[in-house]
Amino acid sequence: MIGDKPKGLRAHLPFIYPAFALVVFFVIPFGIMVTVSFFHRVPGAFYTPTFDINNYRNLFTALFGRVLVFSIFIAALCAVICVALGFPFTYFVTRMRRKAQVVWLVILVSVLSLSAVIIAFAWSLLLSQTAGISNLFVWLGLMEHPVSWSPGFWAVLCGMCYVAFPYTVLVLYPPLSRLDPYLPEAAQTLGASPVKTFFSVVVGSLRSAIVATLIMVFVFTLGTYLIPQILGRPQHWTLSVLITDEAIYRSNLPFSAAMAVFFMLVSLVLVGLTMKIGKGRGPEIR
Amino acid sequence: MAGLALEDIHKHFGSVVAVQNVNLDIPHGRLVCFLGPSGCGKTTLLRLIAGLERPTRGRIVLEEKNITEQPAHQRNFGMVFQSLALFPHLSVGDNIAYSLRVRKVDKSACRRRVEELLELVRMPGLADRHISQLSGGQRQRVAIARALAIDPRLFLLDEPLSALDAKLREDMQLELRMLHQRLKVTTILVTHDQREAMTMADLIVVMGTNNQVHQMGTPLEIYRNPADTFVADFIGTSNLLRGTCSGSGQVRVSGKTLKIEAMPEGVTIGREVTISVRPEDISILPGPREAENTLQGRVTFVRDMGSIVEIYLDCKELKIISQSTPKARPTVREGDAATAVLPPSACVVLKS
Repeated sequence: MIGDKPKGLRAHLPFIYPAFALVVFFVIPFGIMVTVSFFHRVPGAFYTPTFDINNYRNLFTALFGRVLVFSIFIAALCAVICVALGFPFTYFVTRMRRKAQVVWLVILVSVLSLSAVIIAFAWSLLLSQTAGISNLFVWLGLMEHPVSWSPGFWAVLCGMCYVAFPYTVLVLYPPLSRLDPYLPEAAQTLGASPVKTFFSVVVGSLRSAIVATLIMVFVFTLGTYLIPQILGRPQHWTLSVLITDEAIYRSNLPFSAAMAVFFMLVSLVLVGLTMKIGKGRGPEIR
Repeated sequence: MAGLALEDIHKHFGSVVAVQNVNLDIPHGRLVCFLGPSGCGKTTLLRLIAGLERPTRGRIVLEEKNITEQPAHQRNFGMVFQSLALFPHLSVGDNIAYSLRVRKVDKSACRRRVEELLELVRMPGLADRHISQLSGGQRQRVAIARALAIDPRLFLLDEPLSALDAKLREDMQLELRMLHQRLKVTTILVTHDQREAMTMADLIVVMGTNNQVHQMGTPLEIYRNPADTFVADFIGTSNLLRGTCSGSGQVRVSGKTLKIEAMPEGVTIGREVTISVRPEDISILPGPREAENTLQGRVTFVRDMGSIVEIYLDCKELKIISQSTPKARPTVREGDAATAVLPPSACVVLKS
């Protein structure tokens, strides 16, 4: 019966597979990483299995703090930009005829087939002084002489947003296409201008979808590794770069594991906070 | 006071004609029903009035001002949608106050107005509820209250009761009617249910599958004097008898001459016409009898529905349906020979 708690082994059977997958592919590797983060590193060799809290103590350096804050900042900024651009974009796509919608979505999804390496190099070329887009602006008379925008902060942000944008649209598409088309019309008959309608009814009724998308893009871009190295200077490198550097080039697995664990905890706290703010007084969650 | 005038309205969606040739004068303060089968363009006509669609041709004039080009949000109308379109992220009170907030009415005035409107739709004290916590009938009331919040110049309803079950629908019909009597706001209601239109409307506008208006009049006028065969058939049931005009006040139907009280103008002898007779106007006598305005035939079916009795009569190529009360029930059974009496005053001649 619906609502009854499952009883006996048979009733629990459907949960065995997801539980198995979760344990094997997530809990065990994560457990290994947490364990390694407490091991003691042997310089010039590998590590010895002890309980060593020093890896965490060593995190509290200016460099780590700066990179951590920068990683979170650029991921959050990227999430906000992607949602701010992606939400109206998706709204207008969902208002199109079915055929037109398919064309737009196929173009968007085809971007996903490009690897991050290709995207990053394409952007570095596009933002370069010799062959970049500034040459076009010079030709149009908008600028005096071509300039180089890459490497730099804005180049990193551009590349990250470019990668995250298709995902943003794909996540926003289902809730927006399910939006009752009569809601905006009702708002208009009640005296709201189209702009007011968009913010009070379209954005308002999809608040939880927007918050969920913000979190998704934020988490997705936190792990960016390639783009900051190709489009940014060392000060624009994210924590992922630092962790990789520590693990692969300095063979300090325990310390990089500690960084990763700490990074994850901080992001989890931030995601929790965002969800709390997102819920707010919104009555859509009963 | 002048009301709403629709002048030569046409609306096309690409090559599809949704509404054509509509000329209507809707008097101030009345409750008007747009009635017609699905796909006749009645909802499109309502959306044109609301400003949610622009007419391909024609003018919409309200109180002598042309509002054809005015966008929906500047018209100050109230509209109840078929799906109700209540805002799911707002409480009952915030839904109702939406139009007031948009107009920057201050908070305490908003709250007072919300309470007043909830009182009006008989849901007092429920302002803080969420929409998802309401029943179908309550949602209906909230949608009505929301549309009425600004004292609209026009109150538009698009099949507002179609989602409710039969019992609740009848209650709401009565309630809406009483609400209209209290508020006296010009109201246009779209429906495909002729019973609903007959119960509620001061005036009915009948629209047909050719996307035009067939007739506008009071419910009784439309029932008694349908303008054409479509209206006669769509409003209630009607016996439609094909015949030819055979003299002044005479129509020949299936070899018999029927006397007619009122012949429409322009019907010449020899012209094909249709006679519409309402079932309740036809009385059945047992046995074959020869008299003026009668048709003889055989009873094929007696349908006893308790409050009314229907008798189906086969008269050569014609099929006649008669309706009577159980008390006046003629003593005939299936298979009996019988005679149908069609009083001249009940025969309405239609040109088509």
